[in-house]
Amino acid sequence: MVHQPTRFTTEKSARIPMLISDIFGNFPQIEADRAILLTESYKATEALPTIRRRSAAFAHILAGLPVVIRRGELIVGVNTKNPRSCPTFPEYSWEWLEAEFDTVETREADPFHISEQTKEALRAIHPYWKGKTSSELAASLMSPEAYDVFMNHGIFTVGNYFYNGVGHITVDYGKVLRIGYEGIKKEALAALASIKTGDGDYMQRTHFIKAVIECCDAARDFAARYADEAERLAAAESDRVRREELLEIAKICRHVPYHGARSFHEACQSFWFVQLLIQTEGSGHSISPGRFDQYMYPFYKADLDAGKITHEQAQELIDCIWVKLNSLSKVRDAESAAGFAGYSMFQNLIVGGQDKNGMDATNDLSYMCLEASIHVRLPQPSLSIRVWNGSPQELLLKAAYLTRLGDGVPAYYNDEIIIPALMSRGLSLEEARDYSIIGCVEPQTPHATDGWHDAAFFNMCRPMELVFSNGVDEGVQIGPRTGELRELDTFEKFFDAYKKQEAYFIELMVNADNAVDVAHGVRCPLPFESSMVDGCLASGKAVEEGGARHNFTGPQGFGIANMTDALLAIRELVYEKKLVTLCEYKEAMAANFGKGFTGKGAEKMTIKVASALAKAGVEITDAVIKTIHETVSSGDYLPKEKRARYEEIYKLIGTVKKYGNDDKEADLFAREVAYTYTKEVEKYTNPRGGIYHAGLYPVSANVPLGAQTGATPDGRLAYTPIADGVGPASGRDVCGPTAAANSVAKLDHGIASNGTLFNQKFHPAALAGEAGLLKFVSLIRGFFDQKGMHMQFNVVNRETLLDAQAHPENYRNLVVRVAGYSALFTTLSRSLQDDIIARTEQGF
Amino acid sequence: MTEYYASDAATRGRIFDIQRYSVNDGPGIRTIVFLKGCMFRCRWCSNPEGQLFEPVTLKAMHGKGDKIAGTDVTAGEVMETVLRDSVYYARSGGGLTLSGGEALLQPDFALALFRLAHLHGVNTAIETTGYASREVLDRLLPHIDYVLMDIKHMDPKKHEAFIGKTNERVLENAPYIAQHAHHYTVRVPVIPTFNDTDAEIAAIARFAASMPGTKAIHLLPYHRLGMDKYTALGRDYGMGTVPLIPDEKMRRLLLVAQESSGLACQIGG
Repeated sequence: MVHQPTRFTTEKSARIPMLISDIFGNFPQIEADRAILLTESYKATEALPTIRRRSAAFAHILAGLPVVIRRGELIVGVNTKNPRSCPTFPEYSWEWLEAEFDTVETREADPFHISEQTKEALRAIHPYWKGKTSSELAASLMSPEAYDVFMNHGIFTVGNYFYNGVGHITVDYGKVLRIGYEGIKKEALAALASIKTGDGDYMQRTHFIKAVIECCDAARDFAARYADEAERLAAAESDRVRREELLEIAKICRHVPYHGARSFHEACQSFWFVQLLIQTEGSGHSISPGRFDQYMYPFYKADLDAGKITHEQAQELIDCIWVKLNSLSKVRDAESAAGFAGYSMFQNLIVGGQDKNGMDATNDLSYMCLEASIHVRLPQPSLSIRVWNGSPQELLLKAAYLTRLGDGVPAYYNDEIIIPALMSRGLSLEEARDYSIIGCVEPQTPHATDGWHDAAFFNMCRPMELVFSNGVDEGVQIGPRTGELRELDTFEKFFDAYKKQEAYFIELMVNADNAVDVAHGVRCPLPFESSMVDGCLASGKAVEEGGARHNFTGPQGFGIANMTDALLAIRELVYEKKLVTLCEYKEAMAANFGKGFTGKGAEKMTIKVASALAKAGVEITDAVIKTIHETVSSGDYLPKEKRARYEEIYKLIGTVKKYGNDDKEADLFAREVAYTYTKEVEKYTNPRGGIYHAGLYPVSANVPLGAQTGATPDGRLAYTPIADGVGPASGRDVCGPTAAANSVAKLDHGIASNGTLFNQKFHPAALAGEAGLLKFVSLIRGFFDQKGMHMQFNVVNRETLLDAQAHPENYRNLVVRVAGYSALFTTLSRSLQDDIIARTEQGF
Repeated sequence: MTEYYASDAATRGRIFDIQRYSVNDGPGIRTIVFLKGCMFRCRWCSNPEGQLFEPVTLKAMHGKGDKIAGTDVTAGEVMETVLRDSVYYARSGGGLTLSGGEALLQPDFALALFRLAHLHGVNTAIETTGYASREVLDRLLPHIDYVLMDIKHMDPKKHEAFIGKTNERVLENAPYIAQHAHHYTVRVPVIPTFNDTDAEIAAIARFAASMPGTKAIHLLPYHRLGMDKYTALGRDYGMGTVPLIPDEKMRRLLLVAQESSGLACQIGG
């Protein structure tokens, strides 16, 4: 094992593994306390304006939630009795949960245990919410076309915010640390005093501010419950050291978060209360701590200089926060769970980069945050690092060391493109320099932005299907008539048809997003969260009502690589070389290029064929189903010569150049394809007075949404995953990581100001030793020199390589390197692959 | 000056592969250009398709079509690919590495590539057997920043048995190259049954240390990643089923090399 090549390397405290095992020893559960308290409060406040009902409910929930201090904790506070469990949020939606009560424990993605008692409790309160949820309001607000496509045709999905809170925000943690909720309350009272009784917006502002004040007091009282509990536990504690710790916790919780923090430990605890309570008020995920190393630093520095804390003690507290970030969880509907698989909360925490004045902002805590991730090796926080031309090499080397551990963190972000991209959306230079990342990859200026990031997934492959069907999906005319295939006699006409289909569905997506947006403002404004966002107190509006200084909606498109390769293939094979007609192409795709169908694809086809037969009057027996399934799986149902032709077409597609291989023509075409999405999206505005801007990334939705997408003209087989992020389609880049990075850098990342995502897979041998880390950092710097925006790495392990043996088609780009030699893993014979797998285990 | 580079760009040569993002073949991130043709026939060679100067066919494997190894190109064409990674060379101190086959067998082409690389600020390296005339060495060495030269065995007989030629010329050229190269590293492919004893490695290490100018020794553990290519070429793999060298043994040989030479030694490139 190579030593970490940097300072700030410390031994992990023995407390940390204990805290981790206490959390991860528990199977996630669904708990009913919050939902019960919420419903009690709502029933008692029906005469109040919504914003006051929200603050009253928040206070009632905080007064009634169980208080739990776990063994060995230095940072305390939970919103469920059991770790990694989750409360529910019926004010957003609940019907899906009730429908999934009996499957949520056994489903493949993110299962949760739910007790019979909890089911009963939830069943008792759910009827109250009938007709009162944000999702029901959103559905009634959408245009009928948008609603139909969203619910039934899966071209885009706005499901995340349709069913849940929006989240996706970084609040002003620093302000709470400095002045506490006491200070925020003072500002609120001053704002209240400035409102005149005759002002037209008296009602809006007054009630909002009163709601904020109620939330500030609720947070104080919640912390006091922890102080009481810590004192109670201390009195019963026999271990002297732990007793002292508990008494210290009690002292801290009496002080923060209501007052400003006086020590690093208080700052850590105050931070945690903010993080916890936002995720108790609303159900949105991606509550992102942002620039933790910046706002925590003054407290660390002061304690360190005063000799009140050692470096190791500070590290232990940070490690404790890291563990705590993993104790929160969230149950999503089965479909969303598949799209966000991994119980992920996307609490994005970022270190490094420039400060507001353009100087490098790296400090001790930047390194210590990386060290914390090295210590805990857990999914949260989603750790990110800002990189600019002046980033210290030492910080990047430590980050590379963390990358090499193979946990997929940190994600690397490029200041040099993100800052101008944000300025082009109206942020000041200082605001842009202070950016942090929300959720997966979305940049914004912290505590002043309601970015509505992750607003929708838009599957760019589906408009292509609709070009081939002239706007018909599942027998219904859902898109515009862009012409019969014979009418599309030039490539320009074909590409135009694609753009028309895409533009039409983008407009529907915007309609759906805006409906959900309005519904959140009306039914689920969040006064606690809003108390920590610039602009809200001044405007007297919650974030959800458009109170933040900056408002955006950022829906993300994905499938650029597939559509680029598809359009390149059609241009060459159909229009230039005239080797295939569009009609043949359509047939070949419907027949999955003669390859037969596998897994879910086979099931789907079987159902299709069976229902067509049933319609034609055939009796459908189990035997018939079995026969259909066999024939669609094998592809044997196709006439021989047809099948041969489809396979030939598939081979021809393989000969056309592909995005991701540093081919200028293909890559510049990809840039055009990305523009068909990004430039269309930015034509629209949202109900909060902000603009739309595009992101280009799928989170993990490229898998479930790919499973709803038939074969595409790039040779992607039916129901298989769509390309991940802005990277090349799976396994189609065969010229190595620099070539793929050069291709990706040729996209216009600046216009995708809601974020782009570029994943690369590495065999650990490429990062071996200190020299390997240096070269790896150079790869990132080189990509960023060309204005790439984001990079993230999967360092493959034994499991990945075994998967590559089983599914070589997905790993054609995986290179194994040794001195003087490199080999594409999937082209090696089985025995050599086994050699490599064995050696991958040995580490480096 | 300019016409001199124009003629370099037009210089023709024969290659069988270009491999980008190579991280074990000289400093930084590098692009390796594999030149066709070699006078050695090492039994363990992992690039057997590079041995003959004439193009050879690798028979279809894994459902792919036949592949011809051996393409005639100009130095300008090769540089077009090499320069695509300029930004990574600049960030990492990397550059162009010529390998093979034996690059010294195409001296005009190699010289053209090295000069073009330097024209663009890209550093240069060679992975070589050192088997060439003094005249060729004198022409090329001023343009090579890093020489990585194999010394595979000190015993001429064993050298001949496993490689097809004795080591006399290699040992004769080595001190000359070490003295005249900007940076000279000795590489030892550590091959079971051939040179993997303490005594054999120690002998090479002592020889390396005896040459003024030698900066380092790299021990490259035997691998058989090229084995499939023998099947594709219709040839027998010369090493049979000899097992790989265990890590502990490599670590011991590393110590032997260090103690015998006093030079900076490492496993891998």
